Amino acid sequence: MSDTHAQSVAYVRDTVIPQAPPPALEAGAVKWVRTNLFSGWFNSILTVVTLYLVYLLLSVALPWIVNGVWRASDIRECRELAGASGGGCFAVITDRWEQLIFGFKYPSDQYWRPTFAFVMLFGAIAPVLFSKVFPRQLLVLTALYPFLAFYLIWGGTILIPLVAMAGIAAGYVVYSRLVARSFATGFFGGIVAAVLVWWLGGFVAAEEPRFLALDPVASRDMGGFMLNLILGVVCVSLSLPLGIMLALGRQSHLPVVKGICVVFIEFIRGVPLITLLFVANVVLAYFLPPGSNFDLILRVIIMITLFASAYIAEVVRGGLAALEKGQYEAADSLGLDYAQAMRLIILPQALKISIPGIVNVAVGLFKDTTLVSVISMFDLVGMIRGPILASTDWNGVYWELFGFAALLFFVVCYGISQYSQWLERQLATDHR
Amino acid sequence: MSALTDPQQGGFRPSMLLSDTRYRSYTFQFIALICLIGVIAFLLGNLFDNLAAQGLNISYDFLGAPSGYDINQRPIPYDSQSTHFRASIVGILNTLIIAVLACITATVIGVIAGVLRLSSNWLVRKIMSVYVEAFRNVPVLIWILIIFSIMTVSLPAPSAFRGDDPDTTMLFNAFALTNRGIYTPIPVMGAGGWIVVATFFASLIGIFALRRYAVRILYDQGRIIPTFWPSVAIFFLPTLLMFFILGRPITLEYPELSGFNFQGGLQIRGSLIALWFALAIYTGAFIAENVRAGIQAISTGQSEAAGALGLRPNRIMNLIILPQALRIIIPPLVSQYLNITKNSSLAIAVGYMDITGTLGGITLNQTGRAIESVLLLMLFYLIISLSISTVMNFYNNSVKLRER
Repeated sequence: MSDTHAQSVAYVRDTVIPQAPPPALEAGAVKWVRTNLFSGWFNSILTVVTLYLVYLLLSVALPWIVNGVWRASDIRECRELAGASGGGCFAVITDRWEQLIFGFKYPSDQYWRPTFAFVMLFGAIAPVLFSKVFPRQLLVLTALYPFLAFYLIWGGTILIPLVAMAGIAAGYVVYSRLVARSFATGFFGGIVAAVLVWWLGGFVAAEEPRFLALDPVASRDMGGFMLNLILGVVCVSLSLPLGIMLALGRQSHLPVVKGICVVFIEFIRGVPLITLLFVANVVLAYFLPPGSNFDLILRVIIMITLFASAYIAEVVRGGLAALEKGQYEAADSLGLDYAQAMRLIILPQALKISIPGIVNVAVGLFKDTTLVSVISMFDLVGMIRGPILASTDWNGVYWELFGFAALLFFVVCYGISQYSQWLERQLATDHR
Repeated sequence: MSALTDPQQGGFRPSMLLSDTRYRSYTFQFIALICLIGVIAFLLGNLFDNLAAQGLNISYDFLGAPSGYDINQRPIPYDSQSTHFRASIVGILNTLIIAVLACITATVIGVIAGVLRLSSNWLVRKIMSVYVEAFRNVPVLIWILIIFSIMTVSLPAPSAFRGDDPDTTMLFNAFALTNRGIYTPIPVMGAGGWIVVATFFASLIGIFALRRYAVRILYDQGRIIPTFWPSVAIFFLPTLLMFFILGRPITLEYPELSGFNFQGGLQIRGSLIALWFALAIYTGAFIAENVRAGIQAISTGQSEAAGALGLRPNRIMNLIILPQALRIIIPPLVSQYLNITKNSSLAIAVGYMDITGTLGGITLNQTGRAIESVLLLMLFYLIISLSISTVMNFYNNSVKLRER
């Protein structure tokens, strides 16, 4: 302050005021409520209206869940027990639990097999999902899992999955020996070795059909949520390599290869999955060799895999396009050939960028597996609409069944998308 | 490349097909072509063998034959004596009806939910994220079936409206919600009715012209002329005037209970409603995410700069944020529209007669022409998808940021 005002100021405080607590309206919960719920007349109205709607919803949903009947043998007994309490008839879920999960044809004394396979699934994918926590050696479990799961779920002699495994192992050994020479030699050498082992092993498996055999279960006996899981897991895993190949083909400079990939991708993405399932159901058999007898589930797996691979190809193409041009040029200037550049430089980065997109496709695909109920396969939705709602015992229990189905799908899909967000944060190596 | 390192322009040796990158690409493409032709030949060969074995052929003659089945929702005249071709056209129209309805509703829901997810109100924000997560993570087929069972099981039968003391009554004496669908009044055009409609559209064009004129005056002379109230006036007055001058040519036909069912009015079937709302709410959740991402992608610097220029909040939204956000939002929005169109094929699960229900459903089963029907079905969806994505490519190129 300048001296000119030294005499003009009547009062100057020369001590510091002790700190006072903030006003009650500006602290703690009250402040939070004021800023977050009632910060203006519009927000206040919005809050009150929303609270009322939530109240309406809960006033119906809570009694429905809390007063729900879990033990009853049919809908009439269930409604009687619930009475006027508004409780839901969840007894249908406990009564038909096995049908909902396994379908209605899977032999009931063998339920432990898919259950065991399902539990093992977590053990098998954990090393992939949390690669920083688990040692790399555990990936062997993941590699063994498909064969184990096939053996458990479909049954039959153990020789078939063993031969399949031996073929892939032989192919991998040959590939890793030859890949130093050139990728093509290793790749085709590996394929030849695998086919050779499968061909020879086919004789052995045919000789000993009872060796360590579990009761075989036909594909058409699969059903329920198990079928959704099988279709989802198998098709996503198969469509990943196919999708990557399609994406590389679409980015390639060879017009013929590029043309084939573009036409395939655009065709598949342009038609709904239902039409492809129609193809699997009624058309595909015409295009297979006369006398060949592919069962429906295999045809559906083929079509869903093709469907998913086109979408994954577009996601991966986005990842490839997002990479800086410098990465491609750097790989070239190191003297790497196409296969090396892709394998060592480009794809690891491009796939990392594409992970969220790939997970989105996987979640979408898993949800789309419910469409197989339209071509009269008995997946979870098919079981509900078919055998359960049509039975005299449970005709009319809609909410509980569809709610249960929605809950199962929600848990799986929400879990996957949360994992994907976590992984994205883990993989974010750039400095933001 | 300098002349020194150029390879020698020597003669061509066959080994160069593998060793020389200039020729190797031809080798690869040739192999790919051979493989493709081989696969196609294999598939077609199997097809002809199988067809011959079953005594079948490929023929589209069935499209001209009488269909022999009824369709409950007919935008154009159709009966069971009409041809399969006409049944397919009815199916196509029904597909387009559901697609357009669901696209509009999904956009409205999605934009509202997306904006509300960014609201400063904690409760609304949370509720909206619950909505988005709940609908994105559950198959749309389950939602369709849930809404369909609400429509067919929970709503009263038309007979509940009968008697002196009915169990339920119509809303405003105009809407009846029954398990056979929702009955609403339908406008009936009298003589001169179309003139009123034409007047209405002309006044819409008038409003548009007024706004263009106001902008031009603003830019040329710096004068702001009022547009809001004149727009409202143009919207209502000419149409209403014409309506009364011509002696009320448009009347509403109300649904009325006669016998066991409602007569008159417009019947919107439960299957249409189930499909419409399920697709709209499901896709709305995805659109909400797109809208939120688009708005969030505009850096806060933009709105701060606009605020520093002295713009009011709604002008910041209209003039600064939205034009930039729309450039980001519209491409995924259109791909959601495509998804709606493709997902509308789930109509077959609730018996709505779209193209999948007619051509891919009953026609296929009655005639046994699986290959032809499925091919035509795919062709229809392909045409729609490809034409929309062509339009989108033009749009994307026209709004692309001109960068270095």
